[in-house]
Amino acid sequence: MSVWQRVVKPTTRKGKKVLLKKEPQVIEGPKRALFFQGRKCSQKIRGLLEDLYDFKKPDAIKLHRKNDVTIFEDVKPVENMCRKHESPLFMLGSHSKKRPDNVVIGRMFNYNLLDMIELYVDSYEGLKEFAESITLGTKPCLLFNGALWDQTDELKQLKSLFIDFFQRETVDNIRIQGIEHSISFNATPDGKILLRSYKILLKKSGVKTPRVELEEIGPRVDFTLRRSKLADEDLMKEACRKPKELKIGKTKNISTNELGTTHGRIHIGKQEIKKIQTRKMKGLKKTAAERKAEKVRLNRAVKPTTVNGHR
Amino acid sequence: MDMILTKPVVDGQKYKSIEVHKLIELNYDLGTLLAEDTNEFDVHHLRKDKNDYLLQLSRDNTQLLINQIWCLPTERIEDAIVAKLPIQKTRLPRMKHIPKPRPLTKWEQFSKAKGIVKKKKAKLSWDEQLKKWVPLFGYKKTQAEREKDWVLEVPANANPMEDQFEKNIQAKSERVAKNELQRLRNIAKSKNIKVPKVGVSNSEVSSAKDLQAAVTVAKASTASLGKFQKELPKEKEAKGVSDITPGASRKRKMPPVLGDVEKRENLAIVDTILNKRPKLNIEKAVARHINNEQVESSSMDRPKSVKKSGRKSKDNFKRPKGNSGQRTGGKSGGGRKRR
Repeated sequence: MSVWQRVVKPTTRKGKKVLLKKEPQVIEGPKRALFFQGRKCSQKIRGLLEDLYDFKKPDAIKLHRKNDVTIFEDVKPVENMCRKHESPLFMLGSHSKKRPDNVVIGRMFNYNLLDMIELYVDSYEGLKEFAESITLGTKPCLLFNGALWDQTDELKQLKSLFIDFFQRETVDNIRIQGIEHSISFNATPDGKILLRSYKILLKKSGVKTPRVELEEIGPRVDFTLRRSKLADEDLMKEACRKPKELKIGKTKNISTNELGTTHGRIHIGKQEIKKIQTRKMKGLKKTAAERKAEKVRLNRAVKPTTVNGHR
Repeated sequence: MDMILTKPVVDGQKYKSIEVHKLIELNYDLGTLLAEDTNEFDVHHLRKDKNDYLLQLSRDNTQLLINQIWCLPTERIEDAIVAKLPIQKTRLPRMKHIPKPRPLTKWEQFSKAKGIVKKKKAKLSWDEQLKKWVPLFGYKKTQAEREKDWVLEVPANANPMEDQFEKNIQAKSERVAKNELQRLRNIAKSKNIKVPKVGVSNSEVSSAKDLQAAVTVAKASTASLGKFQKELPKEKEAKGVSDITPGASRKRKMPPVLGDVEKRENLAIVDTILNKRPKLNIEKAVARHINNEQVESSSMDRPKSVKKSGRKSKDNFKRPKGNSGQRTGGKSGGGRKRR
């Protein structure tokens, strides 16, 4: 017989709030990321996890214990961890004889694995090894360099994963002087993926737009692709669906001409010229006699109905 | 316009240029502050000094992105100049699925199908007996009811020793429990959770079907899965209880077939078909005969319908349909086949 899954009914108001928050929303906030270690973890990987955690804060959680997971064999424990911490993104660092210095980046949809990609960390220099630093937590500029990014499915997915991981949150406005972080992902012809992160310095240029200078702040990581589990096409389509409420409808009767002026067409009901209030003048005012006559006329119009009523 | 903007740079040479030349233009997604450079790498430079080359490349691309951002319409919000970003072009997967509307409860479904509209009841109603306004629900309603039912009639066929007050309370609590169960079932259904059958709740409430199910399950609940249980003369087995009956499965399990056994079974089937004789149910035949006579006599009374009945008489002979005749011998009714 099947197990009776109880319908969890919140007993407290706070508990109810928590459960409501966990329900699917139309507009979702920034995705949280979970950073954790596998069975064993090298110093290099630990440092990388720490640095990327700093980039992702405060939408990130870092677990400190080792976890007995082999994600490509059994994804269930990781799914459970992500469910527990309400984080659809995860980064798993591990180190083994077969696959040294290993990092797995992945994401979940509906608490189930959507896609994940395993990367080998070739070389790594941490945040601490660079003199420059920035205030972490700003929205970075993302640069994808190299013709390879659009050529294979794996790299396409990896690009999507990196955007998801590093874009922080979607915003409507951005303070233009506050753009000070740039992350570049380079897919080189020899099959490596180089991650570099820079501080943006805005210098005078003589024109309105400033001249950009960069200074490296780290981390400096060279990745190589290993195993991957790409998303099912249907599932990806389902995951990327936009809610009806957020779709922008057709705007009617508004047009913009070549000069950038917006024209709107509005509908006005038929004007009754006879009833329009024109300028008030003493000469056009009704006299007392006229007003009386009008009153009598109105009364006459009303009277016959009352007579009928009496009959 | 760009020419005018960039002119002072060329003239003065005081500041470095903001212009960058690219073979293929970049793809921008300003909503995510994203730029994609699909140009090939300068492999020679890359091999010579990787980090320097990447710094140069990133600087150029960042410059291009910043140029784009500076072209966006700006606004002033509390001493800060903000650029209005366009809508994100890159499609990223959601965290969870799009929220679905709450599924209708069983009653809501039913009332929608039948077109039942909820009527609004007045919050207070005049009670003739008590001569006062009584609310629809709440402690005052309970008080009023207690006042009204200070004495209860014992029904004629009821046990005189039975406490009618106790009975009322019991009935009420049972109604509440039933409602709660239905509520939970609706929630479970909406969340796609499997809920087991309740079984037999109360002998007074349960129907004959429930009781039959209970008998079937109870009989199979022995150590030998009901193999040695005796059958009652006209016992029927309940249907659709295989998932709560021990040892039962929805599929029929056939024993492995031996050659001669199969032959014997098939021959037996052939024999039964060949030896079939029309079975005559005398009672039914007599009843039909009498019915036909009556129909004919009644049609004679009304001359108008004679033609119709005449035509009808041909159709009146019904071919016996399958599954409607009475069977002789063997187990009656369907159900799980026991072996």
